[in-house]
Amino acid sequence: MSVPLLEFRAVDLHYGPIQALRQVSLHVDEGETVSLIGANGAGKSSLLMSIFGQPRPSAGQILYRGEDITRKSAHHVASSGVAQSPEGRRVFPDMSVEENLLMGTIPIGMAHADEDLGRMFELFPRLRERRNQRAMTLSGGEQQMLAIARALMSRPKLLLLDEPSLGLAPIVVRQIFQILRELASGGMTLFLVEQNANHALRLSDRGYVMVNGQIRLSGSGEELLGDPEVRSAYLGGH
Amino acid sequence: MAEPSLDIRQPLLDSLLAGLIALVVFGPIVGVVLDGYSFHLESSRVAWIVGAVMLGRFLLSLFLHSAGGRGWLQRLEGGGAGVQVLPPEHRSHLRWLLPLVLLAAVVFPFFAGKYLLTVVILGLIYVLLGLGLNIVVGLAGLLDLGYVAFYAIGAYGLALGYEYLGLGFWSVLPLAALMAALAGALLGFPVLRMHGDYLAIVTLGFGEIIRLVLNNWLSFTGGPNGMSVPAPTFLGLEFGRRARDGGVPFHEFFGIAYNPNLKFLFIYVVLLLTVLLVLYVKGRLVRMPIGRAWEALREDEIACRAMGLNHVLVKLSAFMLGASTAGLAGVFFASYQGFVNPTSFTFFESALILAIVVLGGMGSTLGVVLAAFMLTVAPELLRSFADYRVLLFGMLMVLMMIWRPRGLIRISRRGFARRPGVAP
Repeated sequence: MSVPLLEFRAVDLHYGPIQALRQVSLHVDEGETVSLIGANGAGKSSLLMSIFGQPRPSAGQILYRGEDITRKSAHHVASSGVAQSPEGRRVFPDMSVEENLLMGTIPIGMAHADEDLGRMFELFPRLRERRNQRAMTLSGGEQQMLAIARALMSRPKLLLLDEPSLGLAPIVVRQIFQILRELASGGMTLFLVEQNANHALRLSDRGYVMVNGQIRLSGSGEELLGDPEVRSAYLGGH
Repeated sequence: MAEPSLDIRQPLLDSLLAGLIALVVFGPIVGVVLDGYSFHLESSRVAWIVGAVMLGRFLLSLFLHSAGGRGWLQRLEGGGAGVQVLPPEHRSHLRWLLPLVLLAAVVFPFFAGKYLLTVVILGLIYVLLGLGLNIVVGLAGLLDLGYVAFYAIGAYGLALGYEYLGLGFWSVLPLAALMAALAGALLGFPVLRMHGDYLAIVTLGFGEIIRLVLNNWLSFTGGPNGMSVPAPTFLGLEFGRRARDGGVPFHEFFGIAYNPNLKFLFIYVVLLLTVLLVLYVKGRLVRMPIGRAWEALREDEIACRAMGLNHVLVKLSAFMLGASTAGLAGVFFASYQGFVNPTSFTFFESALILAIVVLGGMGSTLGVVLAAFMLTVAPELLRSFADYRVLLFGMLMVLMMIWRPRGLIRISRRGFARRPGVAP
C-alpha cells in the first residue's frame, strides 16, 4: 500500500490539564474523501488545527506524505499543500472578495494568482458577481464558499474543511456539499470535520466517529450511515 | 397631520437636560468663588453659562430634527463600515489636488519665514511618525503605546553617533532606520504572542525603559542635560556663516548670499523627499501580499493561523518597518532642534502620535497626513488660543467620536482589475 496523504499516529493533545485527543490514529489516502463526525467538544476542530501545529500534540506523530510534520511550522505545512477552510468561515470582513482570495495565495506566492482567481470564479459564480464587495456583506453561504475558495487558492493537495455546514440553511448546505462533491470527483483529497453526519457520510468514502477525544468507530460512509449507534447518536435515530 | 412638522418638544427636553448637566458641571466651578477663607456665590455667571448651553443645545437639536439636519447627520455618519472598496476604474475626484499640494510644497520655502518653515518641518516629522505608526496600529492592528522609543533611538542615534563615532547627518540617517528596526525586532519577539491590552502594556513599558535609560545614564547620554547635535551638511559643506576648521561654507561655495534659514531649508527639502519616499513605499507595500497580510492579521488572527500565514514574519515586519520610519523621523527631529534630551520622548508623544493615527482614520494614509498637520501645525498657528489648546483638542476628539468614529478619512481601497502577469 502506498503512503497515506495524511496520517495521525497515536496523537495525544492537551490544553493545559485537559486532554482533548487520546491516542487518535487515522489516515486519509490520496484522492479520498474522509469525514470525521462527532458531537460538540469531541475534539474534532482541535484535531484539525493540530495539523497546523496550533496547538501542538503532546504525544504521537502527524505525517503528511510520509513526512513528520508534528513540529513543523504552520506556514511550512501550508506551503507544502495543505489548506483549511476554518470553523465559522472566518473570512476577512473588511476585505473585498478578491482580496480574501488573494490572501489564500500567500503560502505559494502570486505566480498563479490570476489564473486561480479565474478558476475560483468559474467554480463559484456568485463570488465573481461579488468580487469587489466586502466579505462582511456576503450571506453565510457565500462566505462559506469564499472560505473554501480561499483555501483552494493555495493549490492544496489536501483540503481540510471544518464544519462547512455550520449555521447555514439546509438548502445552502446542499449547495455547499454539491460543490464539495464536484471537488472530490475532480481528484481533490478532502478531510471533512462535521456535525452534520448525514450529509458528511453520504459524501465520504470513509468516516471516523469521534467521542470524547477518541476514535470510537470507523468504516466506509455507507457502513457508518447504517450503523445503529451512529444512527441513534447523530442522525436523529429511528 | 399629514406632513411631520417640526417637533418642538424633543429639542426643549434636550435643552433642559443639557442645562441641568451644565448646572452640575459649571455650578460648583464657576459659581462658587473662593475669597480668602470664605467664598461668595456668583449665580449670575452660572446663569449666563447655563443659558448659553441651553440655547445652543436647543438650536442644535432643532436643526437636527429638521429635514435638512437629518440629511446632514446621515451624510456625516456614512456607512457603518470600516473599509470602502472602490470600483477598479475609480479615480478620486481629488486627483488634481496632489500636484497642487506638491507645487505648494516646492514653492512654499521661497515665501515662508523661518518660523513658518520650522512649524512645517515639525508637521512633516509628525507625518513621518504617523505613517510609521499607521503600519503598526492602523494596518497590522498591534496597539503600540511605546512608539516614541524608536523616535528617541533615531534622535539619540545622531547625537551619540556624533559624540562618540564622529558620524554626521547623512551616515546616521540610514543607520538610525536600521537601528530602530533592530529595536523593533527586539521588542517584536517577546510580544509575538500578545495582542490587545497586554501588547499595549508591554510596549508602553518598552517606551518608558528607553526614556529612563536615556535619562539616567548620565555618563553616556548626558542624562536630563541632553546632548547637542551637529548641524547637517551637504556634501561636507556647512550651512553656517563661517565653516569650522577653515572649510568653505555652503553659501560661499555656491556663490549665493548667506541666508540664516539655510539649515532649515535643507532639512525641509530632505525631509520632504523622505516623506514622499515613505509615502511611495507604503503605497506599494499595501498593495503587496505583505500589506494584505498585515490587514488580515488585524481583521482575524485566528483565520491567519488557520491559513498557515507566517505570523512571526508578518508581525515582525510591521514592527520593524514602523520602527525604522520613526528612527528616520528622530534623526530629522534631532537635527532640527540641534539638541536632544529625554523630555522630548515622554509618553505624551506616543499618545499624540497615536491620536494622529486614530484621528486620521486607522490605515488611511491621506487621513494620517492631514491629522498630523492638524495636530501639530494648528496649535502653532493658533498660539493666541494657547490656553484653550487642550480644550479644543478634547472637543475635537469628542466631535470626531460622534460623527467620524472611523477617523477623518475612511480607509478605502480600489478594487482589482485584471492585471497581466504579476511577478511572484
